[in-house]
Amino acid sequence: MSENRLEIRNLHARIEGGAEILKGVDLVVPAGEVHALMGQNGSGKSTLAKVMAGDPSYEITDGDILIDGESILEMEPDERARAGLYLAFQYPVEVPGVSIANFLRLALNARREDDDEIGVMEFYEKLQRAVKELNWDESIIERNLHEGFSGGEKKRSEILQLLVLEPKYAILDETDSGLDVDALKVVSQGVNAARGANFGALVITHYQRLLNYIVPDKVHVMSDGRIITTGEKELAMQLDDKGYDWIKSEVASGAAPA
Amino acid sequence: MADAPLQHPDADKLTGMEHEKQYDFQLPEKYFYKSEKGLNARVIEKISYFKGEPQWMLDFRLKALDIAIKKGAPKWGPDLSGLDFDDIYFYIRPQEKQGTTKSWDDIPEEVRNTYQRLGIPEAEQKVLAGVGAQYESEMVYHNLKEEWEKQGVIFLDTDTGLKEHPEIFKEYFATVVPPEDNYYAAVNSAVWSGGSFVYVPAGVEVDVPLQAYFLLNAQQIGQFERTLIIVEPGAKAHYIEGCTAPTYDSDSFHSGVIEIIAKENSNVRYSTIQNWSHNVYNLVTQRAMVYDNASMGWLDGNLGSKVTMKYPSCYLVGPGAHGEVLSIAFAGDGQHQDAGAKVIHAAPNTTSSVVSKSISKGEGTSSYRGLVQIHEGATNAKSNVECDALLLDETSKTNTYPYIEINEKSAHVGHEATVSKLNEEQIFYLQSRGLAEDEAMALIVRGFLEPVAKELPLEYAVELNRLIELEMEGSVG
Ligand SMILES: Nc1ncnc2c1ncn2[C@@H]1O[C@H](COP(=O)(O)OP(=O)(O)OP(=O)(O)O)[C@@H](O)[C@H]1O
Ligand SMILES: [Mg+2]
Repeated sequence: MSENRLEIRNLHARIEGGAEILKGVDLVVPAGEVHALMGQNGSGKSTLAKVMAGDPSYEITDGDILIDGESILEMEPDERARAGLYLAFQYPVEVPGVSIANFLRLALNARREDDDEIGVMEFYEKLQRAVKELNWDESIIERNLHEGFSGGEKKRSEILQLLVLEPKYAILDETDSGLDVDALKVVSQGVNAARGANFGALVITHYQRLLNYIVPDKVHVMSDGRIITTGEKELAMQLDDKGYDWIKSEVASGAAPA
Repeated sequence: MADAPLQHPDADKLTGMEHEKQYDFQLPEKYFYKSEKGLNARVIEKISYFKGEPQWMLDFRLKALDIAIKKGAPKWGPDLSGLDFDDIYFYIRPQEKQGTTKSWDDIPEEVRNTYQRLGIPEAEQKVLAGVGAQYESEMVYHNLKEEWEKQGVIFLDTDTGLKEHPEIFKEYFATVVPPEDNYYAAVNSAVWSGGSFVYVPAGVEVDVPLQAYFLLNAQQIGQFERTLIIVEPGAKAHYIEGCTAPTYDSDSFHSGVIEIIAKENSNVRYSTIQNWSHNVYNLVTQRAMVYDNASMGWLDGNLGSKVTMKYPSCYLVGPGAHGEVLSIAFAGDGQHQDAGAKVIHAAPNTTSSVVSKSISKGEGTSSYRGLVQIHEGATNAKSNVECDALLLDETSKTNTYPYIEINEKSAHVGHEATVSKLNEEQIFYLQSRGLAEDEAMALIVRGFLEPVAKELPLEYAVELNRLIELEMEGSVG
């Protein structure tokens, strides 16, 4: 069995000292596949994403997270990133005074040996290619990280970083929310460009619309801190039609696989 | 060596000697003199004697001493109780001070390590620490000097300035910061030594920054630096006193006075980054008189030291004058940076802007202390103050003391102050992109300082960043 996958086993997590938010999540995203994760507001999708990336404000009480068979639980967020994990945040923060170009060069070099820093030309070519891919104006790379960015621009920046950093596994947390139709196409194009045998993604979304552009191999549904069911791409359309109460009762009656 | 200084055989007899005679007295090259400890008239007379100064300067020094004694140390501001004048040498002849008072081995290991990590070559490290010969910048300086001389620009150390250009010197010296101004200015006036003397004739634009290190080694920038900069109408100059490596000095008390005269339509900038070793009390008065439509900018970076008190000021005395103060302070563990700015609007249509960025760490405290004063009749004055403080941890502190005095209805004065803690979310975000926690923190701090750092010449900005990174080490909790 191939170990090339992102795997979550019986994951329990809570806010430091607070109530449990993740109540036993099991999920596998094999390399080469793109999975969608859907679920109502507050069901725990972003918490799962942040816990995977190593957010120190959450406490893991049980379970494991593995990249290609290796547990990453003991790793710092930066070690996880260097191991190939990437999270496109639902709410990307602003870092004043730090330009996108400068920041991405540091992030790239952090993945390389000390004596093997990326060449200036090589870096700018890479960055420009990514900017072009996203139909963006070149001047964006000199702007400070998300300072004064519109909601949509922040989302686009998350994908820009994904294209430059080339992670093995990406989690996109509602990258489609707040994007206009054109931007949605462009961003989807970006993600599709990253697709390949060595790339796996978990795409968190509320909208079937995105999944027309990024066609998922599987759809998982989360409710109250657990994955309650997993289906094919048609499941997303059914959810759009019938809503979450429908799927919950399907699961409860045994009509949908738990 | 420091315990048994060579004494001038007649040192004690020199007190009260006729000054005319002293003036002609030629000192042997390799002569060593270190004053007795403490501040008194005898010490001052010796300083003046050894420098071969004119009588008026000795009189000025003695009068300043009187003023200092009458004034007494100020009671406000940071704790200066560790400062004991009776235990301080107020004058050591600079040339002899390096090399004779200490050797490389006397420099504390922490300072030597920092030099090494900054990647400074050993020869240069020794200069910075004040134990070696002057940095090999003499060729560069020589060529620039010829250029400047052709334009009539004077750029000398202050002692030479007084000797070679007594008429200009006397006209402007102590007119911007008189000894009566404040206690530490009075002390400096009594015992000043070293610093730069700059004169730029009308209409001359000096393109290459005048850098203090061309002239002075670390020691000569010195304990009681006295810098006098005169920029005539329509002229332009940028003076940089930069020594970003920690300036090690066994002296624990530094009190400089910087005076700038920016005449009509001139453009003057003064940039300095100081990084004193952690035993130093650094109490500096820097002030500029800014005349009609002239523009004056201070860029002031303060790292290191035990206590720093420094409020660069602009007296906007001519209509349309503009003053700017950009300041950066980093208060590390156990340090107190009390920095800020003073702008006095004394003429119509004057404008000013103050941006202050401070960072505190561990048991460090940084304070912004600022004064904006708008005089009656200074119509349509505009002033904007922005001070941002960043706390790196739970123990560090910051204070803001903004004083605003407005005596003119048409004034526009803005004041904005922010205090932020190092943001966990930002750190997590940057870490999630692969940066280690300490790199993430350093990047956030750099971003915080960027609005000021970008005004620095590139090589200084780069060094400032490296310094900040070194200061940040060990911040990861
Ligand atoms: N830092 C936190 N402090 C307190 N409660 C939290 C925290 N993080 C998450 N929660 C709670 O955990 C639950 C799950 O939140 P989460 O953000 O993971 O939901 P979500 O599925 O991403 O929702 P949405 O679709 O609205 O983005 C919510 O009830 C939320 O309030
Ligand atoms: Mg969410």
